[in-house]
Amino acid sequence: MIEIKGLTKQFGKKPVVEDVTVTIEPGTITSFIGPNGAGKSTLLSMVSRLLEADTGEVLLDQNNVKKWKSSDFAKRVSILKQANYLNVRLTVRELVSFGRYPYSKGRLSAADEKFVDQAIEYMNLADMETKYLDELSGGQKQRAFIAMVIAQDTDYILLDEPLNNLDMKHSVQIMKILRKLVDELGKTVVIVLHDINFASVYSDRIVALKNGRLMKNGPTSEIINSDVLREIYDMDIPIQEQNGCRICVYFNSHT
Amino acid sequence: MRNSTKLMILAAMAIVFILLYGFYDIKGGFDYAFPKRMLRVTAMIITGIAIAYSTVVFQTITHNRILTPSVMGLDSMYQVVQTLIYFFAGSMSVWVLNKYLNFGAAILAMVIFALILYRFLFRADKHPIYFLLLIGMIIGTLLGSFVTFLQVLIDPVEYLSLQSRLFATFTNVKAELLFISIGILALAFLYGYLIMGKLDVMSLGRENAMNLGINYDGMVMRILILSSVLIATSTALVGPITFFGLIVANLSYQYLVTYKHSIHILGASLISIIALVGGNFLVEHIFELRTTLSVIINFVGGIYFIYLLLKESRAAG
Repeated sequence: MIEIKGLTKQFGKKPVVEDVTVTIEPGTITSFIGPNGAGKSTLLSMVSRLLEADTGEVLLDQNNVKKWKSSDFAKRVSILKQANYLNVRLTVRELVSFGRYPYSKGRLSAADEKFVDQAIEYMNLADMETKYLDELSGGQKQRAFIAMVIAQDTDYILLDEPLNNLDMKHSVQIMKILRKLVDELGKTVVIVLHDINFASVYSDRIVALKNGRLMKNGPTSEIINSDVLREIYDMDIPIQEQNGCRICVYFNSHT
Repeated sequence: MRNSTKLMILAAMAIVFILLYGFYDIKGGFDYAFPKRMLRVTAMIITGIAIAYSTVVFQTITHNRILTPSVMGLDSMYQVVQTLIYFFAGSMSVWVLNKYLNFGAAILAMVIFALILYRFLFRADKHPIYFLLLIGMIIGTLLGSFVTFLQVLIDPVEYLSLQSRLFATFTNVKAELLFISIGILALAFLYGYLIMGKLDVMSLGRENAMNLGINYDGMVMRILILSSVLIATSTALVGPITFFGLIVANLSYQYLVTYKHSIHILGASLISIIALVGGNFLVEHIFELRTTLSVIINFVGGIYFIYLLLKESRAAG
C-alpha cells in the first residue's frame, strides 16, 4: 500500500503541492486529475522518489520510500514521465529490455527475455521491435516506453500523462491494457490524466487536485458529478450516461 | 558489419601503428632508441585511453555529445594548480620536487573544480548547450588570464621550469609518472567494469535511470570524479589536448552502433591510440617534425567541432 502523508513541495517560494494526504488503494486504477498547475505531476514525482518532498512522507508498505534501497524500490514501483527524449539510439526491444535492469543488472536471463516478449506483445509492438525509436511516431514511441515499464513488472505503475501524443485508438488501447494489468495481474496503476472522460470511464478512484491542494478523493462515481467538477475546474460540466459510462460534455460549456 | 569485427579492425590498426612507431627506420643504436620509443608509445596509449574513457563517461552524465571535460575548462585547472605551486612555493619546494605530491595536488584540485562546475551548471536548471559552451569558454579564458598574470610575476628562471611542465609533450615523458598513471588507469577500469551496466541505464536520462533503481545523483558524482582523475592523469603526462576526446568519442558513436558503454569505451580508446600513435608517426617520420601533433589535432578537431555544433543545432531546431 502507498500512503501519502502531509506532502508539501515548494519551488522557490511558490508551493506546488501543499499538505496532500492520500492513500492509494492496491489493485485499482487511481487517476490524478485537476487543472494545469494543480501539482499532479509533482505529486507523482515525489511518490516515485524522483523528487524529494519538503515536508511529509510517502510510505510504501509502512516504510518511508526514502529508506528503501533503490534497487528494491525499482522492483516495486515504476514511473514513466511525460517527456522522454533519448540521447542514445535504441531499438524498441533494447529499450524494453532496460525495464528488466532491476532484476538482471544488464545480463538478461531467459526469464527476463520472456518478460520482455510479453511486454512487447502487450503493447502490440511485436512487428516493430527491431526498429529504432527515432524511426517511430510519437504514439509508437510512447507505447515502447510503457512496454519498458510493464517489463519492469512492479506492483505499482505510475504514469504521468501517458496519453499525450496519442490518437484516440491508441489512447483507448493503452487504457484497456492498464485495466487488464489491474484486473488480471493485480497491479496498481496511478495515472495523471488530462482527459477527464478517460478518468471517468477507466479509473476506480479519482484524486482531484487544485492549486497544489487535495480537493477530492474518492470512488469515480462520487467525483464525476457536476457539482464536484465545478469546484475543481470552475466550469459547468454536464454529465451524460452512455452505455453505463458517465461522459462529461464540457466542450461548449460556459466558462 | 558486426561491432566485434569493427573492434578487431581498430585493434589491428592500433597494433600496426604501434609496431611501425616502434621499429620504423630504427638506425644506429637499437638498444638506445627502442626503449625510448616504447616509453613514448606507452605514454600515448595511456593518454589515449584516459581521454577516451573520461570523455565517453562525461558525455553520458551530461547527456551531451559536444561537451568534454576539457571544453569545460577542466584541463586549464591543471595549469592553474601548477602555476600557483610555482608562484607560492617555488620550483625547489617539495610540491614540485615530489612528483607524487604534485600529481596528487593537481588531481585533487581538478576533482574539486569539476564538482563545483557540475553543481552550478548541471544541477540547478537545464541550460541550453550554447550557454554551457559559453560558460566553458569564459572559464577557460578566465583561468588562462589568471595563469598568465601569475606567470608574468614569477622569476624568469622559475618560469622556464614551469613552462616545461605545462607544455609537456610525448617526446618529454616523465617516466616516473608513467607507473602511477598505469596504476590509476587499472583502478579506473576495475571500477568501470563494476558500473558499466549502470552507465548504460544512465544514458536513458535521470528520471528513467532513477525509475530503474539507479542512485542517479550519487553515480553522477562518482563518475565526475572518475572523469576528472582520468583527465588529470593524461594532462599531467603529456599536457592538454583540447579537442581530442571530443573527436574520438564522437567517431566511436558514429562507427559503432550500440548503446553499450563497454563497446564505446573500448572503441574510443582504440581510435585514440590509432590517432595518437599514428599521428605521432606521421609527424616524426613523414613531416619530419615540421609540425606538432597538437596543431594537427586542434585543426582537425576544431573543424569537426563546428560540424557537430551545426548538426546538433539542426537536430534541436
